[in-house]
Amino acid sequence: MSTFVSDFKTRATEKAGDLRHRQVIRTALRGYEIVRDKRKAAFQSWESARQAAAETKWEAVNHLDKHLEALTAKLEARGTKVHWASTGEQAREIIAQILRDKKARCIIKSKSMTSEEIHLNHALEKEGFTVVESDLGEFIVQLRHEPPYHLVFPSMHLTRGEIKDLFQKELGDAPSDAPEELTMVARRVMRQKYITADVGFTGANFAIAETGMISITENEGNARLTAALPKTMVTLIGIEKVLPRFADLALFLPMLATAGAGQPMTCYNTMYSGPRQPGECDGPEEWHVVLLDNRRTELLADAEQRDALHCIRCGACLNVCPIFRNVGGHTYGTTYSGPVGAVITPHLRGLQEWKHLSNASSLCGACTEACPVKIDLHHHLLQNRRNASASEPAFFERLAYQIFGIVANEPAFWSLAKKLGWLTQPLQKAVKGSALDPARAWTKTRDLPAQPRESFKDWWRNRK
Amino acid sequence: MSERENILGRIREALKVNAPLPGWHGERSAEHLSAGDPAANARNLAARSGTASDWLPLVGASVAEQFELFAKNAADLKADFQLLASRDELKAALLKLRDAEKWRRVASHDGELSNFACKALGLPVLLTDRGYDVQEMEQCDAGITECDALIAQTGGVAVTSRSAGGRALSVLPPHHVVIARREQLVADLPAAFAFLQQKYTPDFPSMISFITGPSRTGDIERILVLGAHGPKKLTILCY
Ligand code: SF4
Repeated sequence: MSTFVSDFKTRATEKAGDLRHRQVIRTALRGYEIVRDKRKAAFQSWESARQAAAETKWEAVNHLDKHLEALTAKLEARGTKVHWASTGEQAREIIAQILRDKKARCIIKSKSMTSEEIHLNHALEKEGFTVVESDLGEFIVQLRHEPPYHLVFPSMHLTRGEIKDLFQKELGDAPSDAPEELTMVARRVMRQKYITADVGFTGANFAIAETGMISITENEGNARLTAALPKTMVTLIGIEKVLPRFADLALFLPMLATAGAGQPMTCYNTMYSGPRQPGECDGPEEWHVVLLDNRRTELLADAEQRDALHCIRCGACLNVCPIFRNVGGHTYGTTYSGPVGAVITPHLRGLQEWKHLSNASSLCGACTEACPVKIDLHHHLLQNRRNASASEPAFFERLAYQIFGIVANEPAFWSLAKKLGWLTQPLQKAVKGSALDPARAWTKTRDLPAQPRESFKDWWRNRK
Repeated sequence: MSERENILGRIREALKVNAPLPGWHGERSAEHLSAGDPAANARNLAARSGTASDWLPLVGASVAEQFELFAKNAADLKADFQLLASRDELKAALLKLRDAEKWRRVASHDGELSNFACKALGLPVLLTDRGYDVQEMEQCDAGITECDALIAQTGGVAVTSRSAGGRALSVLPPHHVVIARREQLVADLPAAFAFLQQKYTPDFPSMISFITGPSRTGDIERILVLGAHGPKKLTILCY
């Protein structure tokens, strides 16, 4: 068993039994569902909006080469430097080289899951650069030296008390555990950083091919400041984030806000089309946009699951997933967790090593229903299971099903098995959960339901 | 071969196999979304299923209804919206803010309405138009800007680096005051995007920002706190 699987199982068992953790997550998500449903209901037709969003993303992803070329041409025409990176390593090197050229020391960073994906902070810190996360949730998990817990809510697993202790220890400043006061501590720390940082780094939510723009969605204003004050700006974006038209944002921005956080619109939705232009009074002198593949083209090559590239990283599928809510975000051991992470990670990081995530699903379909761009998430999880077993057949499982097939097809065998079950039942109780129990994987934490005295078949025969 | 060509090559290779259209389990073909012209695709999409205005939250047809909706949405966002009858009322509203918050210095930019506001306030003003010192702006009590549009559907405003004094003015000071004209109200987001595209094509300002309420965060136990990094207060004065 690979270490990824055993790590996942250990953490999942531990977290699922951690009542405090479950309480924290439940509290954090309770409000979400109420406001999201309210905002969805405010749409004249959420379903039509979903279908249109899905078709627009389909258009974008299925003509990706054309849109990327248009995007690049427009960006470059206004003085933006566009870089292409096939791998995470290349992207890290491109970014590090920009920082070296600029003789930068301090980088202020707004939220970017793509940078988590390529482990950017770690690489830059190793080279001696200071990296400061400015999004409050990201700042908190950075102080704790841990990855974000959730795509959208990085610190949702922490209580105010824990955050107060963290601030006290790391910053020596935590007047109380009131969220208001803790937020103001971060605000004070960050203010001077925006002004003194040499480089501002941002992620991106969408890229617009038609007008050559990068669109960033945020609530705090930290990305706005990151893109306004430092002299150099660097933006990292996955190639799949492109949308064909400027006007498409009129639909995608409110849908992202509604699905992701139950807001009508996120507080700041900002489109950047270049570095500071002639006649403008501020903004970076240089802007570098790094387009990242990192095996997205492999997912693109799988036509059946290509729609997983439609993902706008709203986090809705995580919020509604019964598995995510019980095992938590860190258990997955991946950048992208929850249903969407379980679908795309095997493509991005290897099917055999990550196929266990396809089983981290009850196939209830809540994710598919929640997804604003209609990605067929739970079917893809099923397909990943199929693909994994096709490339590495599970010998014992097959054998077991073959034997079951023979027994179930032959009434004589079947009634024999029934009798045997009835007879061995007390024995099973005695060894339940121990090494002697053949059903141990199941019975360790659950009871095997008792076999009724009268089977359905007997009942049917004796019914009159 | 450059990385650009490598990536585009892999994309073209991958796209040789068609993907089914989402939501139809492969039943519906997708020729209405061909590679050709994105504008034509948008028209085809609209012809088949309508436009975003048909699906997004409903907005009334009359200006009065739209202002009512804007006011309600702004209040939900904890923004302060005041619809004023005249320039005198605008002046009075500004003076009230100045006195209540004891402003000593404000930052602003050149513009017909913003100039009027600064003059009315009678305070020292940091103008951003010809460059400014960031530390000084950080010390200002309020940032006063104009905007491009008010959006009834969301209760937010659209600003740009050209219409609102650059990139920082609307986020760095602790209080952002937007001065707008009634004619700037648009019904919904599609109308706002269409308006901006028409106004600025082909020479867009380097930043366009839709501001929907004052800066906020919910990163600590999902409890709403205003003024995370941007302004704690957003006031929209419309006359
Ligand atoms: S898969 Fe869908 S629901 Fe999940 S994060 Fe992506 S867009 Fe949101």
